[in-house]
Amino acid sequence: MTLLAVEDLTVSLPTRRGWARAVRDLSFALDRGQTLGLVGESGCGKSMTALALMGLQPEGARVAGRIALDGEDLLTLDEADLCRIRGNRMAMIFQEPMTALNPLQPIGRQVSEPLRLHRRVGRAEAEREAVRLLDRVGLPNAAQRAHAHPHMLSGGQRQRAMIAMALACGPDLLIADEPTTALDVTIQGQILDLVIELVDERGMALILITHDLGVIAETVDRVIVMYGGAGVEEASSEALFDYRAHPYSQGLFAALPQIGLARGARLEPIPGTVPDLADLPDACTFVDRCPIAAGACRAAPPPPLAVARGHRARCIRLEEARNRSIR
Amino acid sequence: MSIAADDGPGMVARAFRHRSFAIGAVLTGLVIAAALVSLFWTPYSAIELAVPRKLRPPSAEHPFGTDHFGRDILSMIMVGARNSIVVGVVAVAIGCSIGTALGLLAAARRGWVEELVMRFSDFTFAFPAILSAIMITALLGPGTINSILAIGIFNVPVFARLARGAASTIWARDFILAARAAGKGQARITVEHVLPNILSIVIVQATIAFALAILAEAGLSYLGLGTQPPLPSWGRMLNDAQTFMYDAPYLAVFPGLAIAVAVLGLNLLGDGLRDLIDPRLARKR
Amino acid sequence: MAFFLLRRFGTLIGTLLAASLVVFLVLEVLPGDPAQVMLGVDAEPSTVEALRRKLGLDRPPVERYLAWIAGLATGDLGISYTYSVPVSELIAERLVLTIPLALIAMAMTVAIALGLGLYAASHHGKPGDWGVMAFGQLGIAIPNFWFAILLILYFSVHLGWFSAGGFPGWSAGILPALQSLLLPAISLAIVQAAILARVTRSAVLEVLREDFVRTARAKGLSRRQALWRHVLRNALIPVVTIMGLQFANLLTGTIIIENVFYLPGVGRLVFQAISQRDLIVVKDVVVLIAALVVVVNFLVDVLYAVIDPRLRTQR
Repeated sequence: MTLLAVEDLTVSLPTRRGWARAVRDLSFALDRGQTLGLVGESGCGKSMTALALMGLQPEGARVAGRIALDGEDLLTLDEADLCRIRGNRMAMIFQEPMTALNPLQPIGRQVSEPLRLHRRVGRAEAEREAVRLLDRVGLPNAAQRAHAHPHMLSGGQRQRAMIAMALACGPDLLIADEPTTALDVTIQGQILDLVIELVDERGMALILITHDLGVIAETVDRVIVMYGGAGVEEASSEALFDYRAHPYSQGLFAALPQIGLARGARLEPIPGTVPDLADLPDACTFVDRCPIAAGACRAAPPPPLAVARGHRARCIRLEEARNRSIR
Repeated sequence: MSIAADDGPGMVARAFRHRSFAIGAVLTGLVIAAALVSLFWTPYSAIELAVPRKLRPPSAEHPFGTDHFGRDILSMIMVGARNSIVVGVVAVAIGCSIGTALGLLAAARRGWVEELVMRFSDFTFAFPAILSAIMITALLGPGTINSILAIGIFNVPVFARLARGAASTIWARDFILAARAAGKGQARITVEHVLPNILSIVIVQATIAFALAILAEAGLSYLGLGTQPPLPSWGRMLNDAQTFMYDAPYLAVFPGLAIAVAVLGLNLLGDGLRDLIDPRLARKR
Repeated sequence: MAFFLLRRFGTLIGTLLAASLVVFLVLEVLPGDPAQVMLGVDAEPSTVEALRRKLGLDRPPVERYLAWIAGLATGDLGISYTYSVPVSELIAERLVLTIPLALIAMAMTVAIALGLGLYAASHHGKPGDWGVMAFGQLGIAIPNFWFAILLILYFSVHLGWFSAGGFPGWSAGILPALQSLLLPAISLAIVQAAILARVTRSAVLEVLREDFVRTARAKGLSRRQALWRHVLRNALIPVVTIMGLQFANLLTGTIIIENVFYLPGVGRLVFQAISQRDLIVVKDVVVLIAALVVVVNFLVDVLYAVIDPRLRTQR
């Protein structure tokens, strides 16, 4: 059975100029043991998607569509029920381990908190379990480090603690929002490997949010490329690295010389800037920067069209895009 | 970032659209106007006694009533405004000039000079205005000078800390490096580059300090340590009012309102100024 | 931690000594002849001479200062010239009023301020929040002694629920004594609480924006649980700073408020001493209050280190 089914997820934020749709009509499904990457530039709506899945969107935001976890629509649940699910059946790892941990609490206590909250275990038992978790995520001297405050740990160690915290209750779904962006390059690989290892070991589903295509290539089964709040292309990561159907994906990959292209290949920046969400018309979100845009692109948001089996793109000029990519 | 630089067209319009600035400016203007008018005219004499019309409740003749000597309360409050403003302005001027100078010195010289200024500030914090006033009274006897000195001394460390903090961040900027490369000395850099850049923060703080000074002056004159009769002062009037609380409760209302209006006005004005001069300042300090 | 405390303790002792020196200079050296000041200019030279000898003012200033400091340390503050009793006794019997009054007022301040501040922050942008903000702005502008007079006007003069001042003493029973401290404590607390509530509100709002609050919510904590378990303690850091400053305000506030309510506390004592030119008592009370302010600031710094583990490891 599908673990997570997201249908037409739309998140609107109130702005001075009216509602801005940070996420528009995003749909995907995920089974246990599957890994999905959300990739795009900052501001493309990938983090907002993650927050909406957790029910932690900013105050005043409107969330529409359907987010079904094991068939239960999270958008129909009240806050108390959501609290029972968060940190329990779905957990999240944040980008900045320095600020995402409470500076005044020892990490052992922060790691054990979900256990005490959802499993109703006693303090001593929860702290013992926290040490086991910290040990599992590779924190050296876990028993002593459990008493340390976040400022005494390195960035990588803090992120390991964050991961331990997310794993505490054995969630079915793990959402990792740029988990390695704030870390040293040498640590990034280690943390990523750890996440993948744990996902395999526990049979969780993973949603990995990143702007780093290299990370995507190594870690996830499927990828959704997001632009302007919309999922513009979805494919298995192999298929995507093989062939990009959407002009935006093509531009994104072209801007990254080391991936799949010969070293020294010319960097091709995407002209224009990321659009202001409040001003986006009901059209293809990429139309203003698209090199092959046509009048029809402005008429309506493009529907997802099949490129190949399991490979879809929201673009009505797939042929032109194909010709362009071959050229 | 000095005020002058921000004084572009529309500044005044922008200021009066800022709600707390506008309210603050109106209230402060009211108090200053009362003080200015009292220089030429008050409805009745604020000093001469007129015992026959003593303790009259508010009426058309005496909007705020009369006190136990028959003096018109409105007139006394107008002259009292003058007293509060004079004490506040002089005390803040003393605290602000000495404190800012010390802070600038500390930031320019660093090392032991800075340490000394900061320890001095810590130490002066041990003497709230009332304690200074008590000591000065024991030494010189009560009076207006007493309030001014006590409140002024209290304000020195406030401005010293503020100026040192702000000046230190300016000294770390690139354009200071350029000025030093051009061979300018510490004193010249302080006057030409540092002071103009911290002036806006100092002015905002001075407005707030002015409000606190009026509050402190009222407290000191209530206790009899400040301005002495026959000159009216708001605090003193409240002290007198307490004696006649059963016969003339209104006496306790108007001087207190005057203090509250003045302090509220200056505080709002200070908040507004801070937002208008540099929105980022609102968070910094 | 030990190093931090030791260094801070050194500053404390230094500040206390400096404060005592200033008080000594202002009240004993600057007046020229304190005995003359106490007795007034018309006093007989022989009387002045006798008092001078009685108070030990004929000794050199350095010796007098050292003797005074030694006395302060051992609790021997000399004999009051007007009351002819040891100053330590005089102060002690006044402190049993002033200290409870200040503590009750501080407790009220903290309770009201934290309650209102948390309420406003968790109702950010709603009418309750605006109400607390307006209360804060008014509280800063209203002098505590005026507020006290208004309280007396309403509760004592109009309703007749309380006496308009005075203190029956603790021997009259806890309840009557506390009753006579209630209005004074309220008038001290409300004004301070208004200021502290604003500080609390903005501190809580600031912490609510932090990433770790989102982490706490992602763990499944409700808004309220996150507020109590993660936000409050972080928000306390700026709140404690202001509380330390406010305790100094509260102490000087009690000097005024004791005079408003005719309470025989330290504040009344120092005023009576001034009008009777009893410099010995003035000197001791002033140094005592200054010392209390300094010690409270020291305790606030220690409290920081308890709240914030980052300060403990830092040198």
